[in-house]
Amino acid sequence: MAEEEKKEYWRWLESRWTSPDIDWKKGKVISAGVDVGSVSTQAVIMVDGQLYAFANMRTGSDSPNSAQNAFNRALEDTNGLTEKDVHYCVGTGYGRVNVPMAQKAITEIACHARGANFMYGPTVRTVLDMGGQDCKAIRIDEKGKVESFLMNDKCAAGTGRGMEVFSDLLTISINDVGQMSMEVEEEPEPVSSTCVIFAKTEATGLLRAGWPKNKVLAAYCRAMAGRVNELLQRVGVVKDFAITGGIAKNIGVVSRVEKLLDMKALPPKYDTQLAGAVGAALFAKGLYEKIKK
Amino acid sequence: MSDIKRYKTEPLKCWGKAKELRANYYKEYKEAKSKGGICWSGGAEAIDVIPYAFGDDVHSLTAEPYAAAIAFDPEFAHRCESALESKGWARDMCAYMRNYWGSVLIDEYAFGGPFPKPDFNLQSGFCCTHAKWFQVLSLWEDVPYFNIDIATIPFWKEEFPNRLQYIVDQMHESIEFIEKVTGRECDDERLIEGVYNDSRTTSLWAKITELNQNTPAPLDEKSMYSLYVFTTLDRARKEFVDFYEELYAETKDRVDRGIAALATERFRLMSDSQPPWAFLRVWRYLEQFGVVSTGSIYTIGLEGVWDIADDWSLTPREDLKSRGVELKTRDDALRAMADWHMRRPIYAMFYNADWKSKLMMQYAKQWNCDAAMLHLNRGCEGTSLGIMENRAALIKTGLPVLTYEGNMGDDRDFDEGRTIARIDTFMEGLGLKKLT
Repeated sequence: MAEEEKKEYWRWLESRWTSPDIDWKKGKVISAGVDVGSVSTQAVIMVDGQLYAFANMRTGSDSPNSAQNAFNRALEDTNGLTEKDVHYCVGTGYGRVNVPMAQKAITEIACHARGANFMYGPTVRTVLDMGGQDCKAIRIDEKGKVESFLMNDKCAAGTGRGMEVFSDLLTISINDVGQMSMEVEEEPEPVSSTCVIFAKTEATGLLRAGWPKNKVLAAYCRAMAGRVNELLQRVGVVKDFAITGGIAKNIGVVSRVEKLLDMKALPPKYDTQLAGAVGAALFAKGLYEKIKK
Repeated sequence: MSDIKRYKTEPLKCWGKAKELRANYYKEYKEAKSKGGICWSGGAEAIDVIPYAFGDDVHSLTAEPYAAAIAFDPEFAHRCESALESKGWARDMCAYMRNYWGSVLIDEYAFGGPFPKPDFNLQSGFCCTHAKWFQVLSLWEDVPYFNIDIATIPFWKEEFPNRLQYIVDQMHESIEFIEKVTGRECDDERLIEGVYNDSRTTSLWAKITELNQNTPAPLDEKSMYSLYVFTTLDRARKEFVDFYEELYAETKDRVDRGIAALATERFRLMSDSQPPWAFLRVWRYLEQFGVVSTGSIYTIGLEGVWDIADDWSLTPREDLKSRGVELKTRDDALRAMADWHMRRPIYAMFYNADWKSKLMMQYAKQWNCDAAMLHLNRGCEGTSLGIMENRAALIKTGLPVLTYEGNMGDDRDFDEGRTIARIDTFMEGLGLKKLT
């Protein structure tokens, strides 16, 4: 009997993009930012501070390779742009010290703050970054400078990895879990929000008790929203509010966070996973200009 | 770089002596039995003046500093932790207790050779772990055990005669216990001498740390971690009193001559809770930004004894002799000792987050701190209890606060890369750049 191929529901789609409106050859400063996270890696190329190209890929077991792969992918279909044409590159994220093409490493908190300022505008004061394996609440000023921050780490609750675990458990594509969680008549009680492992066990019990998948997802998304809301309350939420990271694409979590905060998140104009790399590329531009002065 | 103010620095003259005293302490415990003496073990909170009264050949192994020494050596700590976990003990229990238990299980002493089994265990239980710590150990080691229950609250604002009596009664009982298990009699004169010494040691430590209110700070916290240990080892010992007299004089002299712990001091920090012992280099990393960590309520108040005024201001409490307290009987000595130790600021951490916040705010004010760095310590429920409330209270006063996750005794709970990233971001937010 042929072995049935196991479908990995958690696998989100990798992507890349090049701006059709920018001619990099006319640019003065070509800067790059590479954000090597625990789950995903983004490479962003900017021309004079404008987003020109990016790649969003899964992080492998090797940070330098992950960075190089994302960077190479971002350079594809860019009308001949090569690594040596990039004036300055900044690495960020958990693997920031292992970005081979970077001249400098800057923390992901600073980069996310700067990136959110670019992506959502200067009115943003509170950024919630829901990353692969950690979650950060950041207060920033009008220039995207960090004023204060809090983060959870060493815990998958409230993170992308936690959602991936649920996606696999319920055999629902990661792209659909958010919307599906909204399709409930009545909001269920949240599952345990303190630990993904316990939450998974609890969810298994709920499924066995006859709960439909969408209701279980709603219970998990609600728990995740509750968890990040605690983090946000500790740092203090000030308008405007924006969400970055992969979970920002999950309507099930975003809408529940908004409800708890009684505040709408600014609508994204860019891929929300790019914030760290965008911030890094903006820092790279500034650093290059400083050298050239 | 040229416009950065630089203070004069000097190594501490008594540093070598500190190392020698500490090494001797652990050696004496190990060799006590072979030399015909007595060895006992218990928490650093144990009222160790009681065994002190049974002779100068009675040597202790206080549990928390011993466990911290294990934590400083991650390879050894991992073997201790693994041994314990393989027996089914949970990883989220007190990290100090786990390290100590592990060392007994693998029968290895952190200072060489097999683990020296004590003649008895004497504990004073003031946190949820303490009482059980040595109860379990005594079963494993098959040695007698006595626990003094410190189920009371601090005596800063109000004294509680009935609660004091509760502790004093148990101290009397503990003397009977030691007499029974050792066959020796308690020397009340030596007990009185030990009580005076103990109060002197812990008063001096408060006075030494008070000197860090000066700018530049004469001591950095990383060094203080090595120096405060004598208040947790055998504080009734004359050589520890003498050492603190020497350290106090030297620190005072540093202040008088403007000698700094950090030449480039430009920003003053306060910390909280026990540090992650395997990663004290983080304190040196801070120094690259010109940041000196002056200490914390934990560093000054774990064993340092202070007078806490109605406005929460902190003044070192003068020792019993200086206060004119005359001790004539065993009961006088025990009562004075119990009353003395009920005044330590550390109790705020275990009993009331609001008190701790008030003390922390006061610390920030008196020690002229510009920011706080708080350890969300998974290894100690007591010192990290209510720490996020403390954070919120400090932020309300306008003090920038950084938190980081870790564990004092188990390096598996500490992520150095992430902690450094947090520090970098925090420094950036404060407008501080590396000076080196």
